[in-house]
Amino acid sequence: MADQKVPLLEVKNIVKRFGGLVAVNRVSMEVYPGEVVALLGDNGAGKSTLIKVVSGVYPPDEGEIYFEGKEVKINNPMDAIQLGIETIYQDLALAENLNVYSNIFLGREKLKKWLGLVSVLDHDYMHDESKKVLDRLGIEIPSLKNKIKMLSGGQRQSVAISRSIYWKAKLLIMDEPTAALGVAEQRKVLDLVRTLKDQGVGVIIISHQLYDVFQVADRMIVLRRGEKVGERITKDTNSDEIVGLMVGAELVEDSKGEEV
Amino acid sequence: MGQTLTSKREKNALVWFGQNWIFLFLLFLVILFSFVGRGFFSPKTLNNILISSSPALLLAAGEAFVIITGGIDLSVGFVRGLISVLSAIVMRDLYALGYSPAFAISVGIIVGLGVGLLPGLVNGILVAKFRVPPFIATLGMYGIANGFALRLSQGFPISFVPPQAREIGNGFIAYWFPGKGISFFAPPEGISGAEVRHIVGIIPYSILIAGVIIAVFSFILTRTQFGQHTYAIGGSIDAARRAGILVDRHLIKVYMISSFFAALAGVLSVLVFGNGAPTQFASSLELFAVAAVVIGGASLMGGKGSLTKTAVGVFILSVLEIGFLMAGVFPFYRYIAVGAVLVFAVIIDQVMPELVYE
Repeated sequence: MADQKVPLLEVKNIVKRFGGLVAVNRVSMEVYPGEVVALLGDNGAGKSTLIKVVSGVYPPDEGEIYFEGKEVKINNPMDAIQLGIETIYQDLALAENLNVYSNIFLGREKLKKWLGLVSVLDHDYMHDESKKVLDRLGIEIPSLKNKIKMLSGGQRQSVAISRSIYWKAKLLIMDEPTAALGVAEQRKVLDLVRTLKDQGVGVIIISHQLYDVFQVADRMIVLRRGEKVGERITKDTNSDEIVGLMVGAELVEDSKGEEV
Repeated sequence: MGQTLTSKREKNALVWFGQNWIFLFLLFLVILFSFVGRGFFSPKTLNNILISSSPALLLAAGEAFVIITGGIDLSVGFVRGLISVLSAIVMRDLYALGYSPAFAISVGIIVGLGVGLLPGLVNGILVAKFRVPPFIATLGMYGIANGFALRLSQGFPISFVPPQAREIGNGFIAYWFPGKGISFFAPPEGISGAEVRHIVGIIPYSILIAGVIIAVFSFILTRTQFGQHTYAIGGSIDAARRAGILVDRHLIKVYMISSFFAALAGVLSVLVFGNGAPTQFASSLELFAVAAVVIGGASLMGGKGSLTKTAVGVFILSVLEIGFLMAGVFPFYRYIAVGAVLVFAVIIDQVMPELVYE
């Protein structure tokens, strides 16, 4: 069904080398609008390198990237952001000393004229707009005037996601979004991912927590030593099979004809 | 329920205290020294405090910008001295060549302020582009500025600047002569001899200059995008970068603000003292500036600080200096007091709760 639409993101035969090491070797994948794709693999499998290629941190050595059907060159993070590809890293990149709405508008502050002379920050506008986007995503934070350092890990994650959504992310890449969170907060973040999906945003999730991945992902792509070793629709697979692909211990009979 | 209400009120009181204690502390010091210091609570002494604080206020305000970004500027003390010497030389030489005092003083000020941007430009480029730690970059400039100042001045004060300079530096907006009325911008005429001592100056020009400039920059820091980015860089330089803020360019501007303020302090010192002098090695002006900023609630980790409270921090240091002097206490107790206040300020900052909005 999804295959009839144009993929939001399509990467073809991406290769990224660091000196003699081939970190990503001829990997192809696509993400459709409103689809959640999980990137799985053991440490060093090449997941992070692959998303850094997509988000503009590392330009690829070989391969093509298509966004909304058109071939694009992503040479730096700004290129990616301008296309609508937002990446949320594990450290979230929030200024903890600033409040919630200031972070959502960081670097793109809304200004107004003071006494018709000087441009000053328009706090009311930024507060109200932030409130709207948080409400739309069903995020509850007591007051947007609170500094980030007063918030829990899950709330911070929500703020980072809201910022991407407010600035019209079409594809959201999340690196270990639930790693540092408590159980209740993990569930909230996963709910948020489902909300994004319903709103037509494409999501790539990197996670070690298979349980989370099975909760939200539509499709799973498994990498091992820089190569794509399997791709499964979530409802057609189980965690044993995925772990098998990740560590390379799958039985030959099981994987016959399925391996790429 | 009643319990939580009480504890909430207590918590709010602690938050308030954590944010405002320095205002109370300054008030306490003024009252204390008014009792124990002979002649402390008099217009003359208070004016002295204001005039002598003016250059320190400027140094600390510039330092505050740098500290909020998470950096430090150790060069401000010697940049002040260098610019003091340089602008005094320009004033003296132009005056000696027969130019009018107004022209000589104006050009001296403009040259001083213009050259004063250079140390900040260099510091900023070193920190932002070459990734030199701010401590090291500005320690280098500390030596360089001092060396140039000593070379230019041969180690002696630069005198023979136009006498009008001192009139500006020590002038007042208004003069009040008890029983005879008030006059603006110049002392009342026709008063001679011993009676001059009874004239009360109201608002020294030097504090007016420092105050207006600090008010403008305080507005920039708290209300504008430039200020917001300054705080953001101090909070998380990576977050600022990924949000598209041009961090390198911003840092260069911040170090230039700092050295501009130091230059302004240097020019002001020429106007106040009537000569230009290299900064004394033992004066530790930069450390007093850092102390005032930290007493004003900033953190050397960056991301917080305020110009208003920095100004209060400067006044606390000045009141301690002049207060101890007038109370007849050995002056070295002042250093002990400053050290104690500094540590106390940081402890208050650590233990008092943060403001949380419901």
